[in-house]
Amino acid sequence: MKKSILPIVTVLAAIVVIWYAGAVWLNSQWTYDQAARADVEVTFSEVVADTLSQDRPVLPAPHQVAKGLWDGIAGQKITSKRSLVYHGWITFSATMAGFGLGTVAGILLAVGIVHSRAMDMSVMPWAIASQTIPILAIAPMVIVVLASLGIKGMLPKAIIAAYLSFFPVLVGMVKGLRAPDAMQLDLLRTYNASDAQSFWKLRLPASMPYLFASLKVGIAAALVGTIVAELPAGATQGLGARLLSGSYYGQTIQIWAALFGAAILAALLVLVVGVVERITLKRKGMAQ
Amino acid sequence: MRSPVIDAKDLNLVFETNDGPVQALKDVNLSIERGDFVSFIGPSGCGKTTFLRCIAALEHPTSGSLTVNGISPDEARKARSYGYVFQAAGLYPWRTIAGNVKLPLEIMGYTQADQEERVRKVLSLVDLDGFAKKFPWQLSGGMQQRASIARALAFDADILLMDEPFGALDEIVRDRLNEELLKLWGATGKTIGFVTHSIPEAVYLSTKIVVMSPRPGRITDVIESTLPKERPLDIRDSAEFLAIAHRVREGLRAGHAYD
Repeated sequence: MKKSILPIVTVLAAIVVIWYAGAVWLNSQWTYDQAARADVEVTFSEVVADTLSQDRPVLPAPHQVAKGLWDGIAGQKITSKRSLVYHGWITFSATMAGFGLGTVAGILLAVGIVHSRAMDMSVMPWAIASQTIPILAIAPMVIVVLASLGIKGMLPKAIIAAYLSFFPVLVGMVKGLRAPDAMQLDLLRTYNASDAQSFWKLRLPASMPYLFASLKVGIAAALVGTIVAELPAGATQGLGARLLSGSYYGQTIQIWAALFGAAILAALLVLVVGVVERITLKRKGMAQ
Repeated sequence: MRSPVIDAKDLNLVFETNDGPVQALKDVNLSIERGDFVSFIGPSGCGKTTFLRCIAALEHPTSGSLTVNGISPDEARKARSYGYVFQAAGLYPWRTIAGNVKLPLEIMGYTQADQEERVRKVLSLVDLDGFAKKFPWQLSGGMQQRASIARALAFDADILLMDEPFGALDEIVRDRLNEELLKLWGATGKTIGFVTHSIPEAVYLSTKIVVMSPRPGRITDVIESTLPKERPLDIRDSAEFLAIAHRVREGLRAGHAYD
């Protein structure tokens, strides 16, 4: 454990240093422009101090983002429209709904593909094609079409999240359900086992490690999908809306705080899937 | 007259491959009586495993007739008349040893109480009493293979088909398992078909040794063993044992197996 901390801290420190340097460099233009307008000379130390404390920096300094993040999470009532917890919760609930939908859809399609040759030939190309279309292009259309049908709120976002998250689950489950080798399938043939028995007793348990690997990708994709879905059509809630309003008003610190909020949420989600994976596989005797 | 358990007449099997047809079995004639311990020996590609798989209805002969218990292999498979042991133990890593042995019983719909009882009985038969709750990775290769034999013995099949079950194990473990297998055979009275490429193993275990040779896969000799049913390990140093082993080797040579 001790050994692994040093490199992590080193890399982290290097990132912070580069970030500060970048902030000074990128924000200095504005400082110089202001100084020129006021017709005063600025020293280097004044430039540094100013670039790290601007209200609307091109690149906010780490401590500004940290403060914005802290204000957003702890500095507000969590029901406030300025609270990242509030917006995070909106995004989180849509992400989980989409992740659930996507996972169920991915698993069902995988089961169909593994058991039916016709589905194997027909579904997979479409699934792959679906992922080549940029989500940014499709999300507004889904939102608009559903809104015209009177469907608003969480469901449209969840559908877009599901659109992104079903694919890794589908690919992983197809691979997982086909993981049993010829010998294991032959063994079940010698027992004259039915297809259903082969599925429940062999294919499904064998696919578990593949499923969890896919779920980690899928849940992160669902979060991305939700945030993208929150961008168009003037959404007012969620981390995506926070990103959008930040960019409308040039509130770069707000954008970065929301970005980090989303990253932390993604990390937590993947972590939770990892914990569930560990517990499940351990109970199944598949982890040592 | 009692009919043989397994009866093959003029059996042929041709695999269609990209390089043209391959004759895996050519004019195989063989009958196996109830309670026989039959070994199939020969080099790779001689069709010994293919023949075993035909009996198990995992392969289907191109021509000729094959009956198992007087019915077709496929009907015999559906009637669950045989247990099959593969070269690798193939235990499910997510099931305990007991859970693995229980697998065929669950599939075949034995009652819960019956399942427990049978698992206990066969695990003790293969000397794995204390290991029911262990997972496969906690056992050695030899123990895993014993568990897979227990799995094949758990249900009421009177035929046991074994495809090089000890092929991947070292010689010391193999000797022990051979000895135990003979005891099992004596205790259960099952008809056993056993594929191997070890001459001592074949001679030590069998009442009947089927010598096969490749290209095309065919039977070159069938040797009825004269060894007694009780076989201590040191019987392998007796003159009788060596004479049979010699005849097996001659059979392999006659089939150009050494070319």
